[in-house]
Amino acid sequence: MLKISMENIDKLYAAIKESRDLFLPIESAGQVQFAEYTDDAVVRLDVLKTVKSAKDAFFPQSEDLMEFKVCGKEIDVIPPSGDMKEFVIMGVKACDAKSFEILDRVYLKEPIDSYYALRREKGLVVVQACGRPEESCFCNVFGIDATAPVGDVVTYLVDGTLYWDAQTEKGKELTEKIASVFDNADANDDAKVEASKAETKAIMEKLPFANLDLSRFNGENMMEIFKDERWNELYKACLGCGTCTFVCPTCQCYDIKDYDTGHGIKRFRCWDSCMYSDFTMMAHGNNRNSQMERFRQRFMHKLVYYPSNNEGIYSCVGCGRCVNKCPISMNIVKVIKTMGVTDNE
Amino acid sequence: MSNAEMLIPQVGIVTDIRQDTPDVKTFRVNALEGGKLFEHMPGQCAMVSIPGVGEGMFSITSSPTNREFMEFSIKKCGCLTTFLHQIEVGQKVCVRGPLGKHFPVESEFKGKDLVIIGGGIGIAPVRSVINYCIDNREDYGTIDVVYGARTSKDLVDYREMIEEWSNVPGVNVHITIDIEEEGWDGHVGFVPNYVKELNFSTDKTVVMCGPPIMIKFTLAGLLELGFDKTQVYTTMELRMKCGIGKCGRCNIGDKYVCVDGPVFRFDELDELPDEY
Repeated sequence: MLKISMENIDKLYAAIKESRDLFLPIESAGQVQFAEYTDDAVVRLDVLKTVKSAKDAFFPQSEDLMEFKVCGKEIDVIPPSGDMKEFVIMGVKACDAKSFEILDRVYLKEPIDSYYALRREKGLVVVQACGRPEESCFCNVFGIDATAPVGDVVTYLVDGTLYWDAQTEKGKELTEKIASVFDNADANDDAKVEASKAETKAIMEKLPFANLDLSRFNGENMMEIFKDERWNELYKACLGCGTCTFVCPTCQCYDIKDYDTGHGIKRFRCWDSCMYSDFTMMAHGNNRNSQMERFRQRFMHKLVYYPSNNEGIYSCVGCGRCVNKCPISMNIVKVIKTMGVTDNE
Repeated sequence: MSNAEMLIPQVGIVTDIRQDTPDVKTFRVNALEGGKLFEHMPGQCAMVSIPGVGEGMFSITSSPTNREFMEFSIKKCGCLTTFLHQIEVGQKVCVRGPLGKHFPVESEFKGKDLVIIGGGIGIAPVRSVINYCIDNREDYGTIDVVYGARTSKDLVDYREMIEEWSNVPGVNVHITIDIEEEGWDGHVGFVPNYVKELNFSTDKTVVMCGPPIMIKFTLAGLLELGFDKTQVYTTMELRMKCGIGKCGRCNIGDKYVCVDGPVFRFDELDELPDEY
């Protein structure tokens, strides 16, 4: 394990920047978001939750797919160049890191999404163990260990020192390149990291959502949960604003649209929400006409449909962003608490 | 094939446009160098787009046995389809596909008597099956085509049915229109009732496509006649954007209609939420 004092952390960023683009949790306009590092950036590795998740790095909120030149009856397709600089995304927490696996299972499944695959190939993930889990956190419910995030490099931020532990070939290669900025950690440091991990785990156990019960979402009662009368109550407060889908690290739905640039047509994709009324709207009608059906779709997908196609893995990582951001305080925790028990329990 | 190739369309050229009904046109599409853009199987679809206007999923109505071109029968009902109804021969169009599962013409359908039921524009996806089975006549038993539309003017591909299909031995064409009209001496009545009147023997395999209300009542009628849901196939229409099981729009239960369908057997649909 290597280490660098937070006093010298800019040296680490600068060293990474020499060969790659670098994305970090950066504070701007009072919000912390993953953004490209610049010399004057206010980096906030100490902040647990960025407003949006880290999925932007591989599945950007908006992304150009191709261009067209249109002239009269003629159409030329200009495919993407396929060029992309290697990049590092650093400060990714265990929940967001797990979301990459969940997205991989969609986008890297045949037929592979090459736009996503290219970003996965070019991107290196530096994860960071959580120091101080918040009340809205419940990653442990999904089997995630907040102190053992999965990535190319694992880091620990303890008492003003960042500890750096490369895990994969990719991570080791980067570490070699920038080795001069680090000192070697010793047994004393190992003990500090272990103590910090134990402290975090102790906090996790006491969090209010730590004991959510997922046992009803066992893949055996899709129609029973779908037909459950209680959806009719649960959905009522939902505004259909889609905020939960936009801050969610695992929401994967997208729209494809064309945009006239004045010099041609750009076809792009952008995040979309199954909570929106026009999501399934067709010329001949809408197969999910009511907000109840749209609300139910989102949670059924995360807790029932996705697991059914992915060996029981839920499409939620317990990051708690929806808990924090929903304007009417509806969230997946309430859904799990309500639908997770049968009506007569 | 990667998604980039799947999301990036090929450019084809419209080589013929036929006005089938007041609101349905059939577009013939060729590769720029002639021939077809790609091969497909009956029931498969393609995303057709005009850049800047939109992209939509359409069934490929021509049969794979047609070696020269591909056809799409398109009803004018939205933004893209209204635009398509204004284009002229020579217009380039973007096409990507083939997408989705096809009817099991090479497996379950083989050696079977087929009843193929279409309502309105619902004839478009099943027309591919009909022509495929006619062109591979020896592989299938009798073929009964039941087709209904609101009026005689709304019958798509009417000439092909009369001039070609009815003349093929073992192929029977049953046409009906919803309401009486002057000069019409054929059957009058809704498709579900007509199917019951025709009283097909229950060893046949059924394929149907049409408006949801027609599907619902026709299926009920078939079950009354003694058919089992495992003998009845349909093809579904849902909003789609990617067509390759990623964008989430056509997700019903744990299925994505664009890749797990659009062709389903009714017993398979029983296991899914009825959100279609």
